[in-house]
Amino acid sequence: MKRAILLLPLLVFLGMAVFLYRGLFLDPSELPSALIDKPLPAFSLPDLKDAQRTLTQNDLKGRPALVNVWATWCPTCKAEHQMLNRLAQQGVVIHGVNYKDDAAAARQWLTNYRDPYTINVMDADGSLGVNLGVYGAPETFLIDAEGVIRHKYVGAIDERVWREELAPRYQALLDEVQP
Amino acid sequence: MKKLLCGLLLGLSLSGVALAAIDTYEFKDEGERQRFRQLTEELRCPKCQNQNIADSNAPIAMDLRREIYRMFAEGKSNAQIVEFLVDRYGDFVLYNPPLSSKTLLLWYGPAGLLGLGVLTLGVIVWRRRRGAASAATTGLSAEERERLAQLLDNQLLDKK
Repeated sequence: MKRAILLLPLLVFLGMAVFLYRGLFLDPSELPSALIDKPLPAFSLPDLKDAQRTLTQNDLKGRPALVNVWATWCPTCKAEHQMLNRLAQQGVVIHGVNYKDDAAAARQWLTNYRDPYTINVMDADGSLGVNLGVYGAPETFLIDAEGVIRHKYVGAIDERVWREELAPRYQALLDEVQP
Repeated sequence: MKKLLCGLLLGLSLSGVALAAIDTYEFKDEGERQRFRQLTEELRCPKCQNQNIADSNAPIAMDLRREIYRMFAEGKSNAQIVEFLVDRYGDFVLYNPPLSSKTLLLWYGPAGLLGLGVLTLGVIVWRRRRGAASAATTGLSAEERERLAQLLDNQLLDKK
């Protein structure tokens, strides 16, 4: 009994070591989204390509898709853009939300770097961003055909993120539509 | 004297600018302004995670201040505004998190640890006391005690 008590500090130390070791690999800037399994927030905003046209949440429904929040002022978005182009070529549906951006600069960007987006919502004052719980671009939401948010990824999508985190979920949503 | 006056005036005008940079919103009375200040201080900025919405210069904090101001104008209560933000950003934005099954450990953990510490200390003290008391009362029989006293006395005498 007395001997066992002597082991207590070691056990406490080991417990702490496990927690701290785990902490090394946690990213504190990654927040769980409060919007998982909730429908896309309602909005009525202009189309980036054609400012006369108004887009609503219904324009994003119909099939499973990625909703990518991006801006020209965001360097990580630029790093991510080629990946989005590749995904679009593979047939992945990507809707864009141009977040707090200059419309002319955004259109120029799409001409320069190619346009992977089916449509682009122009969220000039970031109000849709607030409703989506966006706190920094790029952020990508995975929505199903009914426009319900099923997953959220914060940060640039690269091959690894797509393969491990998004592709299986996207495929599952496709299978839901066409079993 | 003139220089002093100039400096004073300059200082005053600058302080006006500084205050204006903080408060860009207009409120109908001082109470509303206080409420805005208090509420934004209790909410955490999602981007720069160690600052509150009132202090942060991040664009998202500005947006949220603007949204909160808009809701003030609509006459929403603090609870409604907090709910609006929690719906979008989760409990994370609260510096003053609600008591729920998830936050039970957060709220009562420290008190629980303190209690555990006090309990451990109590047990140790109680054991030592009991040990000391038992040694004093049951260690030796009456005869033995008498012999011990004699031996000690003899030793003292020897020393003298």
